[in-house]
Amino acid sequence: MSQQENGPVMRPWLDPDAVPFIRIRNITKKFGAFTAVNNVTLDIYHNELFCLLGGSGCGKSTLLRMLSGFEQPTDGSIEIDGQDMAGMSPCDRPTNMMFQSYALFPHMSVEKNIAYGLKRDRLPRGEIADRVAEILKLVQLEEYGTRKPAQLSGGQRQRVALARSLVKKPKVLLLDEPLGALDKKLREETQFELVNIQETLGVTFIVVTHDQEEAMSISTRIGVMDQGKIIQVGEPREIYEFPQSRFVADFIGSVNMFEGQVIKDTQSKVVIHCPDAQMDIEVSHGVSCASAQKVAFAIRPEKIQMSRTKPKKALNLTRGVVQEIAYLGNLSIYHVVLDSGKAVRVTRPNLERADEHAVTWEDRVYLYWDGTAGVVLNT
Amino acid sequence: MSMQAHIAEPGRAGKWVRTVSGWFAGRGRTLVIAIPMLWLLLFFLVPFLVVGKISLSEAAIARPPYLPIWNFEDGILTLSLNLGNFQFLAEDSLYFNAYVQSLQIAFFSTILALLIGYPMAYVIARAPARLRNLLLMLVILPFWTSFLLRIYAWIGILKTNGVINNILLSLGIIHEPLVMMQTNFAVYVGIVYTYLPFMILPLYSTLVKLDESLFEAAADLGARPLTIFLSVTLPLSVPGIIAGSMLVFIPVVGEFVTPELLGGPDTLMIGRQLWTEFFANRDWPVASAVAIVMLIVLVLPVMLLQRTQPDEAGG
Ligand SMILES: Nc1ncnc2c1ncn2[C@@H]1O[C@H](COP(=O)(O)OP(=O)(O)OP(=O)(O)O)[C@@H](O)[C@H]1O
Ligand SMILES: [Mg+2]
Repeated sequence: MSQQENGPVMRPWLDPDAVPFIRIRNITKKFGAFTAVNNVTLDIYHNELFCLLGGSGCGKSTLLRMLSGFEQPTDGSIEIDGQDMAGMSPCDRPTNMMFQSYALFPHMSVEKNIAYGLKRDRLPRGEIADRVAEILKLVQLEEYGTRKPAQLSGGQRQRVALARSLVKKPKVLLLDEPLGALDKKLREETQFELVNIQETLGVTFIVVTHDQEEAMSISTRIGVMDQGKIIQVGEPREIYEFPQSRFVADFIGSVNMFEGQVIKDTQSKVVIHCPDAQMDIEVSHGVSCASAQKVAFAIRPEKIQMSRTKPKKALNLTRGVVQEIAYLGNLSIYHVVLDSGKAVRVTRPNLERADEHAVTWEDRVYLYWDGTAGVVLNT
Repeated sequence: MSMQAHIAEPGRAGKWVRTVSGWFAGRGRTLVIAIPMLWLLLFFLVPFLVVGKISLSEAAIARPPYLPIWNFEDGILTLSLNLGNFQFLAEDSLYFNAYVQSLQIAFFSTILALLIGYPMAYVIARAPARLRNLLLMLVILPFWTSFLLRIYAWIGILKTNGVINNILLSLGIIHEPLVMMQTNFAVYVGIVYTYLPFMILPLYSTLVKLDESLFEAAADLGARPLTIFLSVTLPLSVPGIIAGSMLVFIPVVGEFVTPELLGGPDTLMIGRQLWTEFFANRDWPVASAVAIVMLIVLVLPVMLLQRTQPDEAGG
């Protein structure tokens, strides 16, 4: 679903010569003694759909509000399309924002709400009508133009808010939890729609969300935030497969974490002594860490192989007992307790409808994985 | 939710409480509507009917000073309705002028109160939360001194050798004292001053509820502060404007004390006329007719206004 997987691959962030469209430099926002955004530096490129991801209160909205001009940064600078934003009021900025609460004007019809921004630009009446009609079609609300916001469902209101912020075709569109109020199905549909709209209009999107699945499925890149700081920026796959810290590994998806100590560190492999896993885990890519350093080995539940019989060849092998199975339809989650007492999550796809040989409760199983299945984290 | 949750042991008293609470739950809604209805009936409709009755009778030197409108004699009930009082009001241009001037003064006072009260309400609503209550308190504070006292204070300020004239004279800005007392100007000052809180409070309660993000959204879409005010703030505060204007306009039409104390002989207001008829002329029927006509003059436009006002204003 990720954008870099369909169509021609455009990844300006890999090109050291590419000029970023939005340049955020050392931005800090303090509310009194409290630091909501802490020294954030970030480059976002033209046509990106960039997701800011993080837990509640980590400063995502505050960062967005500084981009749109509602909050003045305590320190640092923001540049959009080569233009310094310092001191520029929200009405002059080349950004439009879709608010977390939608902020639709309750006394105006859907059409008037959408036309509001165009009227401020003093466009001719005919053109305004054309563009409103066009955007209403895009968000599939053609029949609702004359209704007031109070007469719409939550999902429809969300579309109006989206249409209103889109219709001015801003250089940058800021969306604060745009899909927060939608149910799962509508949410997924709208995610696709968002991506489509973004590709059609060629607007740079910055989307705030605390839903990691949403971030994974729509974004070109993700910035993970924690306590006011951006702690990792990368493509969804990168963030998921190569987290750089315990926080990111834990925050995105689920993960098994084994604490241990580096006992061998060569060019091609690292060996970590993990009492929890009852073995020395071998990782086949080099990690820059000091010998004897305490590290964590992180492995995703779906990367762990599981069988009742001992595999013929396994680089990392341990044993445990299946304690619990959660059946989720497309896959099952197994809780396996190792002999050390450490619980491990393993997921297996349910490939057959009635699998008689499937692992069940109380089975004694072997867990194993190869040298590239997990990552070593030292922060 | 109901009282039942608090009853520890279901004894006899418990049963009684439960019955009462059940009755409240069932009849609660009816009761809630019935009490104000009863209140209105007792203290508005009944007096109105009494006044209406008097307005249709004839003045007499008696006690009370009018003739009864029905008479029961020899098994014959005679009902004599005297429309002469209303006819009298229509014929004497004094009353017509008083009505017109009352409406005029009430109208301009309302406009002035709105123009002064709106910015005040706006500033209070946008003030930091901890300041708001203090500012509201200051708006209500004058009510804690007697109304009459405050009007007398205005006399002291406005009169020929009053505060304003003394200051202006001593500064050399004017050489003759300004005549402000016993003019319509003084009446406007007194009325607007008195009724300003009634304008500010409903406006404040409308403005304070407006979501800050609406203004941010408007600014984000390119609107400048004045446009935001005209296109978002003002339309959304219409319910407060209407409520405040009614609260000022309606009592001002019948205002008596302020024009009496601050106004001159040519300040004709219907409240004053009413007073004169009742107490100076002791003509209760004419006074009652004046009151009835005033009510009609007031109630009709208000009803029309409510008819035309859209239901979802502000919603
Ligand atoms: N105006 C303000 N005054 C004081 N503190 C504020 C203000 N606005 C935000 N904060 C604080 O800054 C922190 C970051 O807030 P922010 O709204 O950016 O969080 P968020 O990441 O958007 O969270 P959520 O996912 O819950 O929306 C919070 O701890 C919040 O309490
Ligand atoms: Mg937020």
